[in-house]
Amino acid sequence: MERNLSLNKVPMPSQDPRERIGNFQEVALGYTREMAMQEAARCLSCRNKPCVEGCPVRIDIPGFISRIAQGNMEEAYLILNRDSALPAVCGRVCPQESQCEQKCVRAVKGEAVAIGRLERYAADWYRQSACKLPPRPQPNGHKVAVVGAGPGGLTAAGELARMGYAVTVFEALHLPGGVLTYGIPEFRLPKSIVMEEVEALKRLGVEIMLNTVIGKTLTVDELLEMRFEAVFIASGAGLPRFMGIPGESLKGVYSANEYLTRINLMQAYREDAKTPIMRGNHVAVVGGGNVAMDAARCARRLGAQEVSIVYRRSMNELPARQEEVHHAQEEGIIFRVLTNPVRVLGDDKGWVRGLECVRMTLGEPDASGRRRPVEQPGSNYELSADVVVIAIGTSSNPLIRLTTPGLETDRWGGIVVNGPDGLTSRERVYAGGDVVTGSATVILAMGAGKDAARAIDRMIRAGQAPDETMM
Amino acid sequence: MSLYTIITKTPLSCNACRMEILSPLVAKKALPGQFIILRAREHSERIPLTVHDVNTQLGTVSVVYQVVGAGTRELDSLEAGDSLHDFVGPLGMPTETEGLQKVCVVGGGVGCAIAYPITRRLHEQGCRVHAIIGFRSRELVFLEEEFSRASDLLKVMTDDGSYGEKGLVTDALRALIEAGHRYDRVIAIGPLVMMKFVSLLTKEYGIKTVVSMNPVMVDGTGMCGGCRLTVGGQTKFACVDGPDFDGHQVDFDEAISRNRIYEDFEKREHEKSCRLFRQEVR
Repeated sequence: MERNLSLNKVPMPSQDPRERIGNFQEVALGYTREMAMQEAARCLSCRNKPCVEGCPVRIDIPGFISRIAQGNMEEAYLILNRDSALPAVCGRVCPQESQCEQKCVRAVKGEAVAIGRLERYAADWYRQSACKLPPRPQPNGHKVAVVGAGPGGLTAAGELARMGYAVTVFEALHLPGGVLTYGIPEFRLPKSIVMEEVEALKRLGVEIMLNTVIGKTLTVDELLEMRFEAVFIASGAGLPRFMGIPGESLKGVYSANEYLTRINLMQAYREDAKTPIMRGNHVAVVGGGNVAMDAARCARRLGAQEVSIVYRRSMNELPARQEEVHHAQEEGIIFRVLTNPVRVLGDDKGWVRGLECVRMTLGEPDASGRRRPVEQPGSNYELSADVVVIAIGTSSNPLIRLTTPGLETDRWGGIVVNGPDGLTSRERVYAGGDVVTGSATVILAMGAGKDAARAIDRMIRAGQAPDETMM
Repeated sequence: MSLYTIITKTPLSCNACRMEILSPLVAKKALPGQFIILRAREHSERIPLTVHDVNTQLGTVSVVYQVVGAGTRELDSLEAGDSLHDFVGPLGMPTETEGLQKVCVVGGGVGCAIAYPITRRLHEQGCRVHAIIGFRSRELVFLEEEFSRASDLLKVMTDDGSYGEKGLVTDALRALIEAGHRYDRVIAIGPLVMMKFVSLLTKEYGIKTVVSMNPVMVDGTGMCGGCRLTVGGQTKFACVDGPDFDGHQVDFDEAISRNRIYEDFEKREHEKSCRLFRQEVR
C-alpha cells in the first residue's frame, strides 16, 4: 500500500451551507470507502504513537487507521470499540484538533491525519454492515449502578458490562443519551446514532431505567441498599448560569440548556412539535463555546434572518471546536467578538427587543493564561434581538449533593474525587464527567467513565466491598 | 401490567379531572407540594403537575388536571387501563408543614387539588386548619367534602355567588383575619393573580405566606432553567428550589408575564387539536 504524502486532509463532503440552513440534517456527510482509505494512507504509523497520548480514552489510533488503509473495516471498528463505547459519537463531536490530531506528526508540516473523520467512518461502516454481534460477556455476578445515561455514564456502563457486571443506568429524562440527546443538535450528531449506540449497550446486557431521578425518585444510599456494589455518578452539569445583568427574565431570553433541550430532546424544530420554541428574527447568542455554536446554528435553521455570537474575547480565544466555528461562519452566523452584553432590553409587554453591548479590548493575561477582556468605556451600543440565548456554562445540580450524606463537594457544588479513579468521599461511590469538572467535553466525560469503571472493577475484585453480604 | 398504567380516571367537576397512575417508586416518595412530570404519548409535551394524592399500598399517584391546551387534551384522551408514556418524580421540595399551629390554606380553581393534600397533612399533624377555596362558579366546585373533613373551618367562595359566598378568596381571608384569627402561616395555591393578591393582603398583616409556583418548565430536574423566578431579588429555580416560595418575596408580575410566553402557540395548538377532535367525533 502506498503512503499518501499530501499535506492536506482528504476534504469532508458536506451539505451546501445555503441548503443546510433550511434543514436539521447532518452537515458533514462522511467519507466514502475510497476517501477513508486514501486518508488512512497519510498515517505514518509512528512507533511512539503521540496521537494516543492525546486521546482521553487512549484508542490505538495507528492500529485502527492501518486497518482502514488495508480495507479491513471490521477490524478497524473492533480496535476502536476496545477503548471507546461510542466511536460514532466521538468521531463527530470530539475536539480532535486539541487532542489526538494536535499530537500528530503530520501536523508539523501540513494538516494532521483526519483521525476523527476516520473514526467516524469505521464506526458508521460497522453500524451499516450487518456484522455479527459481539458475544455477550459471561456474567460475573456483581451489580453496579450508573447515574445518568450521558457519555460518561454510557461509557462506564459499557466498560463494566464487557467485564461481566450487571449494570443498571438510571436516567432522569425520558430518553437516554444525556447531552448527546438534549444538547447536541441533530445536524451535528443524528439522534439515530445515539440510540443505536445505546441499543448496542443494551445488547451487552446494560439495563436503562428512564424517568428515574437519583436524588429524588431514589437516593444514592438506596441504590447501595438495593445491592449495587458500587455507584458511578455521571449526572452531568447542572443549572444554567446567567450573567446577572438586568433583563434576563424577559420573554425571549433562554438559557442554552433550555433552548437546545426544546429543539433537540423535544424536537421543537419540527412543524408538528408539541413543545413550543420562540423562533425569532434576530437572535443573539452569548458565549463562544460549542454550546453557543450549536444554539446559533439552530437559530439559523429555525428561520432567523440574523444570528450573532456575542463573545467578550477575540476569535483566537473562542473555546469552540474549529470545525463548529467554520461551519457557523459558512452558515452566515455573525461573530461579534470583543463584545459583552450589559443589559437585555425589553418592550412594555416584557418581550426582548435588544441587547445593550459594550466593546472590549484584550488586556494582560489573567489566571487562565488568556488575555483579560477589558471594557472600553463609553462604547455601549444596542444590538437588535428578539431572542437572546445565554450560553456561558452551567453550575452544579443540587439533587444528589443534598441527598447523599457524607458526599464531599467543592465550593461550586461539584463532587470531589480522589484523582483519576473517581472515588468520592463515600465508599463505593464514584463520580466523573461534568458533575466533577463543571461543563467540559463529551470525551473527557467518557475518559472519566472509563477510568472509574476500571477502578470499580479493581475495588470489587479486591473484595473491598462487603460482597459476602452482597452476593 | 405495564409501567404508568392509569388505574382510575374520575371527573371532579365540569372541567377538572383526577387521574390515578401506577408508579410505585414515585408513590413511595411523593409528599404534598411536590410535583411530577408526565408525557401522555411518545411525542407529547412534558407536563408538570403537582401531586394530588398518593396511595403507597397500591403504589399509585393521583394528579388533577383541567383541559387548558393541546397537551392536557391529549392527556384527557387516555382512559383507565391505558398507560402514560412517561411519568417521573417526585420533583421539587415538599411543602413545609412541621411545627405549624394554625394555618389558613387558600386554594383557587384547580389549585385546590394541590391545596387539599396539604390541608389534610396539616390536619393530621394536629394543626388547626382553616381552608378557603374559590371557584368562578358553582359547576366548577370540587373536593368540598374532602376539604370539609380535613379542616376546622371551610369557606367556599364563588366569583358569581352561584354557590357558597359571593366574592374572592381574599375577601374571605381578610374577614377571618379581621375576626381575630391569628395564623402563623397562610399557604396559597391557585392562579398567579390570586396568589399575588393573597400575598399582598397577608403582607399588610405580617403573616408569613407560602405560594406554590407553576412556571413554564421542560426537564424539571434543574437543567433547563426555564422555570426561573425572581424571589427576593435573586434568581431561583422552581423545579429544585421550589415550587414553594415566600409569597412576600416573589416577583409576581414577572412570573405572570413569563407564563404567557407560549400563549399564542398554545392557542394555535389548542384550536388544531379541537379541529382534529371534531373530525374524530364525526
